[in-house]
Amino acid sequence: MIHSRNLPFVTTLAIFVIAYALCALQFPAMLSTRVIGNLLVDNAFLGIAAVGMTFVILSGGIDLSIGSVIAFTSVFVAVAVGSFGLHPLTAFALVLVISTAFGSAMGAMIRYLQIPPFVVTLAGMFLARGAAYLISTQSVPISHPFIDSVQEFYFRFPGGGRLTAMSMLMIAVFVIGGIIASRTKFGANVYALGGNPQSAELMGVPVGRTTIGIYATSGFLSGLAGIVYTFYTSSGYSLATVGVELDAIAAVVIGGTLLTGGTGLIAGTFVGILIQGLIQTYIVFDGTLSSWWTKIVIGILLFVFIVLQRGIIWYSNRRIDIARLKGA
Amino acid sequence: MTDPQNTPEAVTVLEARAIAKSFLGNIALDNVDFSLKRGEIHALLGENGAGKSTLIKILTGVYTRDSGTIRLDGAEVSPANVGEAQVLGIGTVYQEVNLLENLTVAENLFLGRQPRRFGLTDRREMRRRSRELLARYGLDIDVDALLSTYSVAIRQIIAIARAVDLSGKVLVLDEPTASLDAQEVEVLFSMLRKLKADGLGIILITHFLNQVYAVADRVTVLRNGKLVGSRDLDGLPRMELISMMLGRELQHVTRDHQASEGDVPAGDAAIHFSDYGKRGSVSPFDLAIRPGEVVGVAGLLGSGRSETAFLLFGIDRADSGTATVDGREIALTSPEAAIANGFGFCPEERKTDGIIGDFSVAENIALALQARQGWAKPIPSRKKQALAEEFIRSLDIRPADPDRPIKFLSGGNQQKAILARWLATNPRLLILDEPTRGIDIGAHAEILKMIEKLCAEGMSLVVISSELEELTAIAHRVIVLSDRKHIAELSGAEVTADNIMHAIAAPNRTEAA
Ligand SMILES: Nc1ncnc2c1ncn2[C@@H]1O[C@H](COP(=O)(O)OP(=O)(O)OP(=O)(O)O)[C@@H](O)[C@H]1O
Ligand SMILES: [Mg+2]
Repeated sequence: MIHSRNLPFVTTLAIFVIAYALCALQFPAMLSTRVIGNLLVDNAFLGIAAVGMTFVILSGGIDLSIGSVIAFTSVFVAVAVGSFGLHPLTAFALVLVISTAFGSAMGAMIRYLQIPPFVVTLAGMFLARGAAYLISTQSVPISHPFIDSVQEFYFRFPGGGRLTAMSMLMIAVFVIGGIIASRTKFGANVYALGGNPQSAELMGVPVGRTTIGIYATSGFLSGLAGIVYTFYTSSGYSLATVGVELDAIAAVVIGGTLLTGGTGLIAGTFVGILIQGLIQTYIVFDGTLSSWWTKIVIGILLFVFIVLQRGIIWYSNRRIDIARLKGA
Repeated sequence: MTDPQNTPEAVTVLEARAIAKSFLGNIALDNVDFSLKRGEIHALLGENGAGKSTLIKILTGVYTRDSGTIRLDGAEVSPANVGEAQVLGIGTVYQEVNLLENLTVAENLFLGRQPRRFGLTDRREMRRRSRELLARYGLDIDVDALLSTYSVAIRQIIAIARAVDLSGKVLVLDEPTASLDAQEVEVLFSMLRKLKADGLGIILITHFLNQVYAVADRVTVLRNGKLVGSRDLDGLPRMELISMMLGRELQHVTRDHQASEGDVPAGDAAIHFSDYGKRGSVSPFDLAIRPGEVVGVAGLLGSGRSETAFLLFGIDRADSGTATVDGREIALTSPEAAIANGFGFCPEERKTDGIIGDFSVAENIALALQARQGWAKPIPSRKKQALAEEFIRSLDIRPADPDRPIKFLSGGNQQKAILARWLATNPRLLILDEPTRGIDIGAHAEILKMIEKLCAEGMSLVVISSELEELTAIAHRVIVLSDRKHIAELSGAEVTADNIMHAIAAPNRTEAA
């Protein structure tokens, strides 16, 4: 029997498989490893950011600063390497420290000043975007032997597809994120907070530490996503990745995580990313559709999924009631 | 303080001195001393709002005290949060909701102390230990199912099991028995006696004096945030204990069943349910209720008591039979329909879905009345205020401040406000599921008095209760349920605790706890 809390995930997975099959029927080439490889590369930075967002949403919060932090990171790295001649690895380490500290500070404000996450991270969004402009308003190209060599690193699938370093990094983040969520104390505390913060506190969950940890994780992963984005575009630009946090939220919700917190899986977010990638790929294959159709389809999907989740919750509550009546 | 019966090894494990706490200028605890010995069950008693839960929360790090000291095994401690208290060996079941519905049973039991293997949570071990732990309470359930799939009573047992497992030195139970039936209480108590023999110190808060006398060794009484005293229970007469709690004698209102058919205002039944039932829930039954009549519903947990109430109030839809009011057939398709017909229902799960914490006491009381009028016609705030003041007075809700957010009231006082909510709608049929759970002995008497008064004014009442004394005190008739069937009806002089007990026990019972 599927436990009811995994039902949204299973539904998402089923929808992805069916949609992929339908796409492949129309365009058999979509089955090629090359398409799959590209899908992973194109969504690597979004996927990494979405893992952080999953933790935040699981805890009942939201992080609107992600897109801005990604832009800040990419500009910071480009300028640090290009203008100041830092080694990319040094720049990465620096920027990860900054983005993690930034996330921790937001978490601390949410917990200790009792300001809603929406407000705190909205302020964080403006702040990070502003900081990116301060560094540079231009698109800064980046080139460094180290970056080139990483960009050229990949595994080749049979059929010509490539698993690049960035794709591997995303997959690693999903795997580690999944383990943290399901198999560590911190992960359990995140679910507990999302379920009911008062009860969690009375059960001994360290609410402050966990909240700060959640937003620090999201900050760290936004920084990492920014680094991946820099590799992806070979540049840093302060106007880039506007609204990426919303794409991440969409992936999380389509992946079956409840926006109210407490229920969901990291693996679901992965499928959510795949579904978004699939839509983009389909539009490319079709050739006549405008890329804005991606947004429209994602919008429709979101509606469908939210309604579906409501339905599932309603249904499982009913089943629970019936079970209670019969059992007790 | 003399303790003749205590052996020399009975040393103090927890000692609190001169604990003071005030909330926004209101004194909740005023220099209270409390001490707990190893291997004793110590009852902490007092009226609703006396400060019991506040004291517990200070001892366990939920609230910070304004002054005073806490010693555990002689060393001064100051837990800053529940986690620290747990590490010190203090396990607690708080009065409010204690567990997380979105987690599985096993996850709830081991939250914060998951068994680990290679640094990661060992889910299999967690499941195994969960099953083992619950087996001690006679509970054999799927520990991988979400907590939300289980009844309040089972959740309560899970919460207790978790706290017991956590407590190396001190176990605190704040009204743990409020949603348990007699059998489950017995299981819990035998557990407590065993733990006590192992040297654990146990603090028990309850409003059931029978339970206090059944398990406790010593008692500490609080009144209005002040310490009244600590006494050994041996040789402490019940009446003296009650007057310690109330600060006065209790006027006895319990008329030990003289209520008879004759007491009911003459007249024909106005509300009829005939052949009313729902498959899988309650077998079809007939019920006719006269104005001013109190019908009690008795039975074990899971016998269909609450389900009967769900049917009467339209929460569950009947699939057989008819309901009529004043000879007119009505369709109870939803709670709204029931409310429109003048029904009211005060459910058992008040803890979880009764109150809206951030709303004021007045708003919480006016809620059901507002729902009946429709949201388009808001009740003027002056009327809400007047209504609230009336019930605050008649039910003795403390503090008597209609504007205070209800979450700042003590558990028992919240309970009274919910009761007031339904009384305010002035229903012709009021269904009460365990109306006096968690309510102190003085208020209990007040509520029974109030119920009698309302019935005299023509309100009909269906009262579901596990306390037989309560039923015999107020019910004119008692329906006994077993196995989701109405198996017996006692009326007039037949309504005695003995008869009800026999009726419950008589048929071939198949259900397990
Ligand atoms: N968080 C809070 N904020 C403000 N006042 C509070 C808070 N918690 C408790 N109080 C007040 O402190 C007093 C003591 O409440 P407490 O919950 O300790 O009572 P109690 O003895 O546990 O009562 P009950 O039997 O009803 O549970 C009450 O007057 C209550 O209104
Ligand atoms: Mg209390």
